[in-house]
Amino acid sequence: MTIEIALEAKNIIKTYSRGSEHVNAVNGISVTLNKGEFVSFMGPSGSGKTTLINILGCLDNPTQGTLTVANQPVFTSGKPLAETNLTLLRRALFGYIFQRFYLIPTLTVTENIILPLTFYRKTGTHDAVGLMKLLGIEHRSNHLPGELSGGEMQRVAIARALINQPEILLADEPTGNLDSQRSEEIGQILKQLNKTKGITVIMVTHNQELACISDRTIHLRDGIIKD
Amino acid sequence: MKIYQIAYKNLLRKKTRTLLTILGISLSSWVLVSLLGFNKGYEKSLSRDIDQLGFQVLLTAKGCPYEAATLMLKGGTGLKYMDEAVLKQVESYPEVKKVTAMIMHGVFDPNKGQSGGVSAYLGIDPKTYPNLKQYVKFKQGAWFTGATLNEAVLGYEAAELEQREIGDLILVPGTNLELKVVGILQRTGSQDDGTIFVPKQFIQEKFGLKGKITGIGIQVKQKDNITKFEDKLYKLPDVQVVSLAQVKETIMNLVATARVLVLSIAVIAILIAMLGVVNTILMSVFERFQEIGILKSMGAMPLDIFKMIWTETIILCSIGGVVGNLLALGLSIVTDTLIRQILPYTPSGRLVVIDAQLSLTTLVIIICIGIISGIYPAWKAATIRPLESMRSEGA
Repeated sequence: MTIEIALEAKNIIKTYSRGSEHVNAVNGISVTLNKGEFVSFMGPSGSGKTTLINILGCLDNPTQGTLTVANQPVFTSGKPLAETNLTLLRRALFGYIFQRFYLIPTLTVTENIILPLTFYRKTGTHDAVGLMKLLGIEHRSNHLPGELSGGEMQRVAIARALINQPEILLADEPTGNLDSQRSEEIGQILKQLNKTKGITVIMVTHNQELACISDRTIHLRDGIIKD
Repeated sequence: MKIYQIAYKNLLRKKTRTLLTILGISLSSWVLVSLLGFNKGYEKSLSRDIDQLGFQVLLTAKGCPYEAATLMLKGGTGLKYMDEAVLKQVESYPEVKKVTAMIMHGVFDPNKGQSGGVSAYLGIDPKTYPNLKQYVKFKQGAWFTGATLNEAVLGYEAAELEQREIGDLILVPGTNLELKVVGILQRTGSQDDGTIFVPKQFIQEKFGLKGKITGIGIQVKQKDNITKFEDKLYKLPDVQVVSLAQVKETIMNLVATARVLVLSIAVIAILIAMLGVVNTILMSVFERFQEIGILKSMGAMPLDIFKMIWTETIILCSIGGVVGNLLALGLSIVTDTLIRQILPYTPSGRLVVIDAQLSLTTLVIIICIGIISGIYPAWKAATIRPLESMRSEGA
């Protein structure tokens, strides 16, 4: 059986400069993620996991290194992509979930979910109702985010991330604002999406229990992968 | 969902701020519409007042031409007298089509107002005056019967004020003279509405002014050659030639000065409103810094964000423009009254005329201002990088 590669990063370096000081937040990381894989990145604060996931998710350019996503070369060494090109990649391949949900407070649950379609619509079906059913929030479709619990808000954010049928789902501390019960629920949802829809999931978390549900956990420290 | 729907809902987040911004735009728009409406209405009313005089040139006794012009437009002629013999001479000119002599006389009425006032009577020639005022229609009765000199025709408002009808008598204040009302004019919207017309001879005989008149109204055959004709009239002794075209030009020049001042204020008000719009939208962009970044992470291109923010500005200005127009329309009577209080002379009729073309023009101006005001905040939002916005904790 051939294993398809979802994402391949080679020797990724990200350097931040503050005056004369240069800090490598990511220091030569190489990683390969297979299609349909669920990978967690763990590490203490400042270990570079969010910086890495931002580069893997085409939210940021690396200082050095190469990145290939869905067999398309994205970054070639020393050649940053323009913001517009990054946006084109993001909307074609990725879905994002953040710790703080970032739902639009004046839009209803349904409107928040279909919001990405305003800007980009991939060919195929866009089943907002199906997603709400899948995530157990169909009874909240006409509610505003302010009327939802934290767990429900994150479910809406997950539905929003899935509406354009991404190949890769990036979740940055998706349960950081939730209690343990809601965290477990969100973890199960991500696992279910990974298994049933074959979506590649890349998750950053501090939560050891949540990381356990992934196929592979990569530990980072000081910008490098710790074995 | 369309971008304009998102933009509209974004404006609902801070309702008070949105309302205040709309209010600012509305007030600027109101000033602009009213000012342009005044520009249109004043000139129209003045032209109509002048046209309704029925003559193009007025001869009065020598004196200040502005005073003569103002007195004439306010309903009468100057109270300096000239010899009636001038009339014969004027009639002999070939340029003259129609001519009429008038005599104005004022008597003190102790019952007028709180501390008394002057009641003015316009003595006219019943044979020639109606020929010049052919547009005048009667509500009741007709011009003088000629049976007696003691007859009066009341303008519409004069009749209302005196509460008189056909057949009623009017006592000339300070005298024992009585006038019988033989006609009441329909409303003309001109100074005629407030005038009490009497036969010229009545004033000349009863007030010891035989052979005297205060003005001669002249209708010329060809309006194009009026300047040459005026030069001829200037050669007459002790008369003041008042060309109504000049009067109109002079008044419009005086009003233009005031208009420039008000227009400057309107421009400043619009600039302030414009800055208000820029400030509101910019604040809203900064408040939604992270959110805009998230929109970009989910696939919004810089142009999408630009359109969204720009649409918000245009919605604000469009609503403000429409409300300003409605305010200007609804309060045009109030504006009219205020202007009448401020300006020394105002023609009769509506001073502020707001029509569809004017409303549309100002709406387009306000929307254009919105388009210009929205460029900077929209550009600012469009250039937000998602990563920067996510790093700014609660920016």
